[in-house]
Amino acid sequence: MAAAPKTLVEKVWDDHVIGDDLLFVDLHLVHEVTSPQAFEGLRTAGRKVRRPDRTIATADHNVATGPGEPDELSQAQLAALERNCADFGVRVYPLGHRRNGIVHVIGPELGLTQPGMTIVCGDSHTSTHGAFGALAFGIGTSEVEHVLATQTLPQRRPHTMRIDYAGELGPGCTAKDMILGTIAQIGTDGASGHVVEYTGAAVRRLSMEGRLTVANMSIEAGARAGMIAPDDTTFAHLEGRPGAPQDFDAAVERWRRYATDEGATYDRTVTIELDGIVPQVSWGTNPSQVAPITGVVPEPADETDERALRYMDLRPGTPLSDIAVDRVFLGSCTNSRIEDLRAAAAIVEGRRVASSVRAMVVPGSFQVRADAEREGLDRIFTAAGFEWRGAGCSMCLGMNPDILEPGERCASTSNRNFEGRQGRGGRTHLMSPAMAAAAAVTGRLTDVRELVGG
Amino acid sequence: MKPVRLISGTVAPLDRASVDTDQIVPKQFLKRIERSGFGEFLFYDWMQQADFPLLWPEYHGAPILVTGRNFGCGSSREHAAWALQDFGYQAIVAESFGDIFATNCSKNGLLTVVLEPDAIRELLDSAPAEATIDLEAQTVTLPSGRAVPFEIDAQVRERLLNGWDDISLTEQRADEIARYEAERERVGPDALAI
Repeated sequence: MAAAPKTLVEKVWDDHVIGDDLLFVDLHLVHEVTSPQAFEGLRTAGRKVRRPDRTIATADHNVATGPGEPDELSQAQLAALERNCADFGVRVYPLGHRRNGIVHVIGPELGLTQPGMTIVCGDSHTSTHGAFGALAFGIGTSEVEHVLATQTLPQRRPHTMRIDYAGELGPGCTAKDMILGTIAQIGTDGASGHVVEYTGAAVRRLSMEGRLTVANMSIEAGARAGMIAPDDTTFAHLEGRPGAPQDFDAAVERWRRYATDEGATYDRTVTIELDGIVPQVSWGTNPSQVAPITGVVPEPADETDERALRYMDLRPGTPLSDIAVDRVFLGSCTNSRIEDLRAAAAIVEGRRVASSVRAMVVPGSFQVRADAEREGLDRIFTAAGFEWRGAGCSMCLGMNPDILEPGERCASTSNRNFEGRQGRGGRTHLMSPAMAAAAAVTGRLTDVRELVGG
Repeated sequence: MKPVRLISGTVAPLDRASVDTDQIVPKQFLKRIERSGFGEFLFYDWMQQADFPLLWPEYHGAPILVTGRNFGCGSSREHAAWALQDFGYQAIVAESFGDIFATNCSKNGLLTVVLEPDAIRELLDSAPAEATIDLEAQTVTLPSGRAVPFEIDAQVRERLLNGWDDISLTEQRADEIARYEAERERVGPDALAI
């Protein structure tokens, strides 16, 4: 008798569950902010890291990406990471290492992120790695300590949700517009308690960079994780990377089974229509408060919207393309990969950053930075007036010197527009790299299609 | 972790939806490498606003915070749970919670209770009245005296009631984990070849 059909997430779950409630972790990614208390807990209890060979650390949240040193507390936290990794035998890529970068950028870049894996990290955007067909999710510091000590996590079998895309992305639209449009439709808790699988021809057509952007923002819809079944695009991206399996063909054969079986069912399914979608921008203080750039600031639907409009200092009915920006941030684990930088550079080339705008590019890793420099992208950006920075989380969360001043308005390729996220009193508008580049050159939120004649 | 059983006292209201963990503890306070002392940073930006209800004297020392749906969405920072607990809250009652946040709370003995919107509304509107949460019976006694039941994961409930430490529980299954590892490394590729 044939086995019952399974979804992608069920296959990965079944491959990793011990008993029925303990999940084995293939890859544990660690960074400086959410790990110090976990290592300290191990020390106090006299415990070791069970599998240092499945644990990798990098410094990203707290590093300075421009000239100057991080503040004293940040330096202490960065030093603690290096000390903890040395004490417990964990490999670490500190600032200055050629493999240093944002944890969710270097995992895929080094070929550590692979189909069918379980991956955790003390960071909510761990969902990013689901783009490879891995079950990847963010955890808190107590769970970080638990994984360090046992290489497992107590978990419940996840509920499954399918987000199926119908139609095609139009001109000027990217993976970012797809996922922003999705969250606008289902809300910031639209996928709570579920692991999402993204399906549809439009997903298949996305590059790995695009898939990473979609999976990255799963958490902004409340999902525990977001997955995309691996295919030839995935395998081609992985081949030749340092962490890729030596017998690559055999690995590909193994990975091909990580696809949802015909006839398998999900607990929920949502269909998102892509035809007619235009570039999206956020207007509020959560990632579901999003509208098409051709639209206006909407009338508030509830008190949450009213608070958001007050914080953002926006009036209903204002055309979104009339909103002037002070800053542009191109970076973050959502959109700081080479393809993102290429897309932005294509808009910027031959143009100047508006005189009223301060714009910066923060590559996701030092590898991305080197690749971009090899292609000459840095020269395009700097010639236009962008700052070309080192790698890190930078102004996505502003734990480092890269922050907005109170009242400043920013076109940002990051993932969260929460109050104060990019700096106290700062106002964030989320959008794609091409849209952020367009905003940089015009000094206001802009439909990128106007600049490419699309 | 201290056992959690009965929580009784003043209800402090935060009548907002989708309060994210960036609001609960802003990022500039995540640089500390300790686990304690985060209470003073709780709702840091909102606490600077005179009309922020949690500042009012009648809510000082309240053990129960009641709030809207999707509380604790966003960043995985456990500092949010540490700050709420350090400030004095023993239980958070809401329509729903961010997944990672709720897990973080459970690991620290901070009880999260999900109630229907009508019960949440009654709690918000009757604050600073008193309520009682009985984890063993899985009920919340509202200020009106009406007792409403709540659901909670059976394992989480048992750990909280007993104050058990997760890691010690899992370590008791070390043989099971070792067997799994041996099998996995026989059939699968080694994870990190670099």
